[in-house]
Amino acid sequence: MNYNFTEEEIMVRDTAREIAREKILPVRQKYDEEGIFPEDIVKIMAEGDLFRVFIPQEYDGLGLSMTAMLLAVEELSYACAGIALSYAGTSLGTVPIVMFGSEEQKRKYLPLVAGGGLAAFALTEAEAGSDAGGVKTRAVKDGDSYILNGTKQFITNGGVADFYVIIAITDPTRGTRGATAFIVDKGTPGLEFGKKENKMGIRASATRELVLRNLRVPASQILGREGNGFLMTMKVFDKTRLGVAAQSLGIAQAALDAAILYAKEREQFGKPIATFQGLQFMMADMAMKIEAGRALTYAAAKDIDLGGGDPKITAMAKAFTSDTAMAVTVDALQIMGGYGYMKEYPLEKMMRDAKITQIYEGTNQVMRSIIASHLIKETK
Amino acid sequence: MKNIFVCVKQVPDTTEVKWDTEKGTLKREGVASILNPFDLYALEEALRIKDKDPEVRVIALTMGPKQSQEILKECVSLGADEGILLSDALFAGSDTLATSYALSRAILHRGDPWIVFAGKQAIDGDTAQVGPGIATWLGLPQATYVRKVESLEEGKAVVERLTEEGYERVEISLPALFTVVKEINTPRLPSLRGKMKAKSFQPLLWSAQEVGAEEERVGLRGSPTQVKRVFSPPQKEGEGERVEGKPEVLAHRLSTLLKEWKVL
Repeated sequence: MNYNFTEEEIMVRDTAREIAREKILPVRQKYDEEGIFPEDIVKIMAEGDLFRVFIPQEYDGLGLSMTAMLLAVEELSYACAGIALSYAGTSLGTVPIVMFGSEEQKRKYLPLVAGGGLAAFALTEAEAGSDAGGVKTRAVKDGDSYILNGTKQFITNGGVADFYVIIAITDPTRGTRGATAFIVDKGTPGLEFGKKENKMGIRASATRELVLRNLRVPASQILGREGNGFLMTMKVFDKTRLGVAAQSLGIAQAALDAAILYAKEREQFGKPIATFQGLQFMMADMAMKIEAGRALTYAAAKDIDLGGGDPKITAMAKAFTSDTAMAVTVDALQIMGGYGYMKEYPLEKMMRDAKITQIYEGTNQVMRSIIASHLIKETK
Repeated sequence: MKNIFVCVKQVPDTTEVKWDTEKGTLKREGVASILNPFDLYALEEALRIKDKDPEVRVIALTMGPKQSQEILKECVSLGADEGILLSDALFAGSDTLATSYALSRAILHRGDPWIVFAGKQAIDGDTAQVGPGIATWLGLPQATYVRKVESLEEGKAVVERLTEEGYERVEISLPALFTVVKEINTPRLPSLRGKMKAKSFQPLLWSAQEVGAEEERVGLRGSPTQVKRVFSPPQKEGEGERVEGKPEVLAHRLSTLLKEWKVL
């Protein structure tokens, strides 16, 4: 369908598609099986200028739209959602600086990302998942700096990112108004990397613990204002969760395409299984859900690009597309039968990768809570 | 400035071309045109030299109809600094001699070549003559089938040439012309900034007169090669032998045949 993407957006989509199909497809199985972080592919993505898409022009970027970035994520995820996450995770760690960073912080970090530097966003802890208010990591003021202590969990790009946006509690008496975001460079004494997670899917993505031991961070590294950490996080997530939607669309589309190509080739009872109505209805249902999700996602993105943005709608897009990715990968694998279950075929990987999209950047249950809370507030 | 010229050609995408068996010609209608794949390796090698040496200027050069500028845009999207399109009705019907003459005039007109790169051949004509022809017209030393540029100095290069038996290591004075094989590198993909630059890029458009090409040396008049007829060689009828059976039976038959043919 024609979504009226701009010429530049189509250029981004095509560039990401070329990288995905020519460079990522041939290696995705190996990277998934061995759980290798795709440094070489990140370099190719950087040389293709994909990281410049979401960086403003005055900081060596191309300053393109949210839509353009989502198109890149969708195309990369079509080939491998895990490898795409190194890209999407970097945008999650960078967008807070684009939105709230000081001029000095922007000059320091944005050109770095434009050239292929990686970023990470560290909020989640052992006891603070959906309930971000459970964050225990403390930041205590000491002269012109803060001393951070605590452990962050499941951090995407952990260990490979060049800098980390870390949420820590500066005032435990103020609840959600007592959290602050700090930008911490890799290599800062006290920033250590803990356990490397052994995951079900997105195995080419680096996911690690961050262990903060008396980590000294100058006050100039505070992002936004002290006490504003959670508020900023929510504002960032309201936009960036569309990245998960784009990732889900990529996975789902790849699964559907693989299943249809297979069904056209595979013969049973003397004819291709694509001619059987039972399977045709499955294909049609999958395609309907994907296209509905795509329409919602890119409409939400266009809204943001035009200066608007509705958290309820981005939550809908995230939940709907990720539920779709899960359902579609399960059904696409079903169409491929026993072959779909084998590691030689990409469907089992897609199914494993799809699961995380219902969980991270806010579980789909949290998404529904966000949607409902807005509905209840808005409906008078 | 060190000028590296890369000679490129627009060719039909042979993966899409079908053969018209009745007419004995290629069906070119509706077939996409692409940058000759071997030229992409030539361009990549030039760009790699440029990546290491800011003094280098990469100039893509082609001869052909107006629509050939598309491949120059592609070269710019990959990182070429300039693109020159030699286009003139006078060039129509040029064979490899006339083409290499015209391209050599364009190189002289732009001036000061340090290295001239070309693909080993174009996938449509497969002659592999234009590269060497340009070197001859320019009076430059040349190395064909280059698979590696080992070292490069201002006035001297060491390259490896692929041969049927292995490779040759050649020291050659610069300026020189190299034709390259696909073993030489893995071409990059175009970047977003490159594509954006290419979008508004207009190549230099040069005529025969502009580059000072003599009329009698270009086009049909300058081409001693006259194409009489194009045809595909008659297909050989299958004379093979088909053997079926268990592996040991097949192995026995194969060893008997190899002995019969005195291979073993």
